[in-house]
Amino acid sequence: MNAAPARMKVVDDRPLLSVKGLKKHFAMSKPLLNRLIEGGETQTVKAVDGLDLEIPRGQTLSLVGESGCGKSTVARLIMGLSTPSAGSILFDGADISQAPAGQPAAVRRRMQMIFQDPYASLNPRWRVRDIIAEPLRTYGLCASREEERREVDRLLEFVGLNSRDGDKFPHEFSGGQRQRISIARAISTKPEFLVCDEPTSALDVSVQAQILNLMRDMQRELGLTYLFISHDLAVVNFMSDWIGVMYLGRLVEVSPAAQLFNSPQHPYTRLLLDTIPDLGMSKRDCVPASGEVPNPINPPSGCHFHPRCALANDRCRRETPNLRAHDNGVRVSCHAVEEGRGDLPAVASAGNDHAAQAVI
Amino acid sequence: MSDTSFTGRLRSFADSDLFYSFRRSKTTIIAAAALVLLFVTAVFAPQIAPHNPFDIAGLNLLDSELPPSWMEGGNPAYWLGTDTQARDVVSSIFYGLRISLFVGFASVLLAAVLGVFLGLVGGFVSGFVDAIIMRVADVLLSFPAILVALLINGVMRGILPANQHEGAAIVVLVLAIGLTNWVQYARTVRGSTLVERQREYVQAARTIGVGRLRIMLTHILPNVLGPVLVIATINLGMAVLTEATLSFLGVGMPPTQPSLGTLIRVGNEYLFSGIWWVVIFPSATLAVLVLAVNLIGDWLRDALNPKLR
Amino acid sequence: MALLEVENLKVEFPTRKGVLTAVDNVSFSVEQGEILGVVGESGAGKSMTGAAVIGLLEPPGRIGGGQIRLDGKRIDNLSPDEMRKVRGRHIGAIFQDPLTSLNPLFTVGKQLIETIRTHLPMPAAEARKRAIEWLAEVGIPAPDRRIDQYPHQFSGGMRQRVVIALALCAEPRLIIADEPTTALDVSVQAQIIALLKRVCRERNAAAILVTHDMGVIAETADRVAVMYAGRLAEIGPVARVLQKPSHPYTAGLMGSIPRIGPRPDRLVQIEGSMPRLTDIPKGCAFNPRCPKAIAECHHLRPELRPVADGAAACLLYEGVTQ
Ligand SMILES: Nc1ncnc2c1ncn2[C@@H]1O[C@H](COP(=O)(O)OP(=O)(O)OP(=O)(O)O)[C@@H](O)[C@H]1O
Ligand SMILES: Nc1ncnc2c1ncn2[C@@H]1O[C@H](COP(=O)(O)OP(=O)(O)O)[C@@H](O)[C@H]1O
Ligand code: SF4
Ligand code: SF4
Ligand SMILES: [Mg+2]
Ligand SMILES: [Mg+2]
Repeated sequence: MNAAPARMKVVDDRPLLSVKGLKKHFAMSKPLLNRLIEGGETQTVKAVDGLDLEIPRGQTLSLVGESGCGKSTVARLIMGLSTPSAGSILFDGADISQAPAGQPAAVRRRMQMIFQDPYASLNPRWRVRDIIAEPLRTYGLCASREEERREVDRLLEFVGLNSRDGDKFPHEFSGGQRQRISIARAISTKPEFLVCDEPTSALDVSVQAQILNLMRDMQRELGLTYLFISHDLAVVNFMSDWIGVMYLGRLVEVSPAAQLFNSPQHPYTRLLLDTIPDLGMSKRDCVPASGEVPNPINPPSGCHFHPRCALANDRCRRETPNLRAHDNGVRVSCHAVEEGRGDLPAVASAGNDHAAQAVI
Repeated sequence: MSDTSFTGRLRSFADSDLFYSFRRSKTTIIAAAALVLLFVTAVFAPQIAPHNPFDIAGLNLLDSELPPSWMEGGNPAYWLGTDTQARDVVSSIFYGLRISLFVGFASVLLAAVLGVFLGLVGGFVSGFVDAIIMRVADVLLSFPAILVALLINGVMRGILPANQHEGAAIVVLVLAIGLTNWVQYARTVRGSTLVERQREYVQAARTIGVGRLRIMLTHILPNVLGPVLVIATINLGMAVLTEATLSFLGVGMPPTQPSLGTLIRVGNEYLFSGIWWVVIFPSATLAVLVLAVNLIGDWLRDALNPKLR
Repeated sequence: MALLEVENLKVEFPTRKGVLTAVDNVSFSVEQGEILGVVGESGAGKSMTGAAVIGLLEPPGRIGGGQIRLDGKRIDNLSPDEMRKVRGRHIGAIFQDPLTSLNPLFTVGKQLIETIRTHLPMPAAEARKRAIEWLAEVGIPAPDRRIDQYPHQFSGGMRQRVVIALALCAEPRLIIADEPTTALDVSVQAQIIALLKRVCRERNAAAILVTHDMGVIAETADRVAVMYAGRLAEIGPVARVLQKPSHPYTAGLMGSIPRIGPRPDRLVQIEGSMPRLTDIPKGCAFNPRCPKAIAECHHLRPELRPVADGAAACLLYEGVTQ
């Protein structure tokens, strides 16, 4: 990932976050008694199955993909909320893959997270002032109560709230305002890196615009680096320098944002781009992609996408493709692209709808 | 809009949904009034009781077995009559109420503190500790509560030398009832803890680096206490009844320090000699007390229910 | 005459702090075979409007005024029993969560057959044949095998297909779909929208499509109604409303939607958020957030008036000043 998009000014060209071979497998066994009676072996969900990515300083990498493809799991692994089954997570050179959340304090202080659900991410029994001050207190960042008070007021105003709001409880705020509170809490330790797991999915578009603008402004002003997670490609387009497309726990394509939208390479990326409802009023009689995301407990062999892919051949069913670098910083994991036959229409059309679905 | 002053909080309570639903339920208002009355009586028994039934010097055996004042042979000084020892029934009830309520509150407090603690730890720590706590709870639940209380009571009396039984009776009762009733709190709190600890605000605290103990006490605990209040209220009625039952069976409060249960037991022995008032009035008081507490518990459960997280 | 006419509809919720008006004076009509999109932020009253039309308002919600006419006949004052007959036979409903619309205890086939026979008297064997045809119609593979399965054996997208079959199998002329794709993945969402569109067109059924996703509206609807704080802000043909909105709220809404394409530095931003029902501002409900507000907006309430080829409720079009 050295071909940084032109719009960024790179200060230090070592990536701030670098993830290698990251895996998280969950055991999905039935309760012991059922297993003894019904037989059946322990099953595993490969929620994240070998993920490599790097995020350059001051830039945004977004992960997109449909529900259950492992986006949140990646976020939780990076934040130390769960421990990887394999792989390394280097933050500014320090491996934190085995360290629990919050530790080591010197590193974790520099990374914070914003959650998806503005209603669940604030303790309903706490006043906003205490919520925002919690990181300050945990890391002992303010010498006195007075200083803490001033700092919280400053943060509230920075995210577009009123310093009087500090004495209220979360339920007195709308979803967008709560998300601002979450942001104020996240930036209170002056972190360099923010993980944002669908921070606007629960918000209305007009409020989403406010929050996205705020996050872009923050990035410019504070020089933040983001890992941004969303299932909305248009939102991702607005936020990102780099985009990683996930399918069933694996990255299928990582590209500079403009590249991904102008010339999507992987068949799944093309499917996603084709299916977003279009504001451009094309009123195309869409030939929607067939099939649904398969069950992650028992994913298809070889390339997970093959049951939905019109380019699939025997090799795809047998052999798992790896991410390979192409021009312009594009990395794709697809046999067809590698073999140079990736330009054909990639998505099974409604005609063989049933055939493709029957596999699922 | 959040006013932190006391009057501000009072105003916001008067404006709350809880108070609104309280005002709309006549039964609850009556129950609450009855409970407050009984409570005040118990607390101020020494000040408001017309006689001191335990002041042997003040007892006049000539006044024993007097019927209530409105009956033939009644004495206006003894409104509900006297017992075989010439003790004033009204005053005995006042003092008995005091002891019954004390045992009730103390044992509920003990059970709640113990149960909330064990539930919180079990839910938050999971694994081995949790399994042990929950298995003990299951075992306790598979016996009738009164049996467990009897058992604990018996064991403790066995440990204590006989001459201390009377003095320690009240402590033994509180322990016996409290140790019997923690299970319900523990199960409820464990359940809510399992839910709460998955919620994003707890995850957020973890990413901030807040320690486990702090998360448990400052984040999870305040959010699992709602249902505890309801259980505690309903449990208060149970605890008062359990105490009365133990005392009625003769393993509770001694006649020198009678609770309502003791009064009923002692009175019961004379029921067939015609002095019904020594048993009926304490029984009625006990019934009103337990009924009022249960009605309030029911209302509280319904009023808080849609918001129970 | 339009298939459905809604006139000055008001939906109210009596609470102890007074009566909340969730839908306030909303009027619109739906022609035979037309798809009307209803958009707006959450809490704008979209679902309540839909629920009022199919007579599924949850108490204490109630229709506080206005009329709803289907084929010129009033349906807002029918008894629950009469309304049940209208529902299913004349109006079909599709909701956001396919699980709540299907009974987990019965097979998909049983539910379909029962709905068909309730509204279209026919022998059981024939109804079963119809049910299989419907499953095939909505794109369920191997329908003759699938018909005897239970809802939990279907994936989310498949369930929503079954719900669509269920809503359509009595051949109603109007379908009310409340966020039918919100719970689904994007790639499945496109399939469901395409299906809905196709089936409506083939049967000449009209639909009210409630959603907060402008993209879905753009691809599906013929006309769109924009709601704000319980009121209709604007209504008109989709293409024109999305490209040249008349109402300042619609304009702000359109600008705030991120798009694929060259990346702007900022999105258009409407300040503030939609008011709660308890404190809707006087005059135009949008006035605290409106960049074009004039003095009158703070006390005069705009009426819905014809503007361009649609209608908008904004004082700028009432000739108050210009
Ligand atoms: N604790 C867990 N135990 C078992 N499986 C899990 C666990 N957490 C996640 N999974 C599984 O891992 C996969 C990825 O989940 P994840 O939450 O990361 O998806 P996501 O991409 O964030 O989806 P969404 O868009 O719905 O948020 C899913 O199949 C999920 O069911
Ligand atoms: N049972 C209720 N009591 C009071 N208000 C309600 C009730 N149900 C819905 N509302 C209010 O009605 C308004 C419109 O709701 P709805 O139609 O569901 O909005 P949406 O546009 O998101 O579908 C909202 O402000 C909502 O809070
Ligand atoms: S061509 Fe083969 S490797 Fe590429 S996406 Fe399709 S199935 Fe997967
Ligand atoms: S009436 Fe006034 S406030 Fe309302 S939308 Fe029109 S200009 Fe804006
Ligand atoms: Mg997620
Ligand atoms: Mg709705």
